[in-house]
Amino acid sequence: MSGRVLKSNRPVGIIGYGAYIPRYRLPASEVSRVWEGGKGSGPVKEKAVAGLDEDVITMSIEAARNALARAQMDASLLRAVWVGSESHPYAVKPTGTVVAEAIGAGPSIEAADWEFACKAGTEALVAAISLVGSGMGDYAMAIGMDTAQGKPGDQLEYTAASGGAAYIVGPAENALAVFNGSYSYVTDTPDFWRRANQKYPEHGQRFTGEPAYFKHIVEAGKALMEELGTRAEDYRFAVFHQPNTKFPQRAGQLLGFSDEQIKTGLLAPVIGNTYAGAALVGLSAVLDVAQPGDRILVVSFGSGAGSDAFDWVVTDKIEARRNLAPRTADYIARRTEIDYATYARFRGKIDMG
Amino acid sequence: MENPRHWRIRKQRYALVGEVCPHCEAKIFPPRDVCPNCGGEAKTQFNFSGKGTVFSFTVMNDAPAGYEKNLPYAVALVKLEEGPIVTAQLTDLGDQPVQIGMPVEMVTRRIRDDGDEKGIIVYGYKFRPAMSSAQ
Repeated sequence: MSGRVLKSNRPVGIIGYGAYIPRYRLPASEVSRVWEGGKGSGPVKEKAVAGLDEDVITMSIEAARNALARAQMDASLLRAVWVGSESHPYAVKPTGTVVAEAIGAGPSIEAADWEFACKAGTEALVAAISLVGSGMGDYAMAIGMDTAQGKPGDQLEYTAASGGAAYIVGPAENALAVFNGSYSYVTDTPDFWRRANQKYPEHGQRFTGEPAYFKHIVEAGKALMEELGTRAEDYRFAVFHQPNTKFPQRAGQLLGFSDEQIKTGLLAPVIGNTYAGAALVGLSAVLDVAQPGDRILVVSFGSGAGSDAFDWVVTDKIEARRNLAPRTADYIARRTEIDYATYARFRGKIDMG
Repeated sequence: MENPRHWRIRKQRYALVGEVCPHCEAKIFPPRDVCPNCGGEAKTQFNFSGKGTVFSFTVMNDAPAGYEKNLPYAVALVKLEEGPIVTAQLTDLGDQPVQIGMPVEMVTRRIRDDGDEKGIIVYGYKFRPAMSSAQ
């Protein structure tokens, strides 16, 4: 089947981007100490944890401000502010309106919250590309941000982390990275879910691997490369959704990528799984160091399930603008280790009666 | 909770939006439409950079109602780059001690909610230690 790739009517690209990762880190050894007698090692070294006064709104505001700084544009030019997350602070009341107001966007905008497990952020990005690519607007912001939930004692508690990134899509002539096409692969797969009013998600144990994560990432990545006529060696970097360290490494191998191509965007070992933020904050780490002409493949994954694959080529505009906001590595280096008790307090896991 | 009271001042709360006096150039925060420097009318909107230094501070161990969740926390008088001094919480200190003269930058954070997880969440400015590379 051809014609599967989404292409824009006019050339578009990333005008600005910005990461946000909170300061606190919970080492895997702490989760292991409390729940596995110190015997488990966990699938990551440590994870980023939001502070007491942070949530998806506050974290999105900071990432959005960083994206605007790199775009060097006035927020009033934005025509959309879309936030993808599975941790929106309100069940009903948009995250997007608060973020837009705080950065000075609107009121002539689209603003809404997206939900598709861990690919809510890239789904918002596809929409932003569509809005700008169709010519209906010149600039649109898409954010993937999470303060992910993990049930105490569950394997997910090792990895469920806080962080994400914001992107401004605009006309290609002013872009840091030009968009070449995207492809989304979506099926009904019950690998992971959270029912309404539940605090923590459930998952289908080993079912989350082969039929969910690997199937969707590989199908999306393969189809996009087939349609664009590219091969793994054409890309300097590849970023995959990263629920742990091993899954993206193996997905990369299945698609023909080397560890060298993957390691720059693989942040899960040191910040954990930032859910809707994961693939997008991996891309921000790549853009922080990429050179003009570098080609980047990004494939997200969201449970339920689906993947969005994107192909980008970095332009010479990256050099002058990437230092206008903190780099992803600056946020990773800003690190304060916390113990499990502090984590339990920060994440509201202590019952105050 | 008094929603209109918070809603009315959301711009200054979220992003340090103040005023600049068209007569004497003084930067004004919070906005009050009259210049405290020259007494002239001053209604021109001005976006503060959010950069400043700690002028003085104290640590709260007993909080007013609605702020208990964050105890203990530091409150500072922050001297903004553009002149005015604002009172705000400090955040993201980690294990860093607060010092007078310390460079800080504005971030928008949760200020309070009504505690039973039913009311609105109030967001507003706080200051954190400046991230060096962001200068």
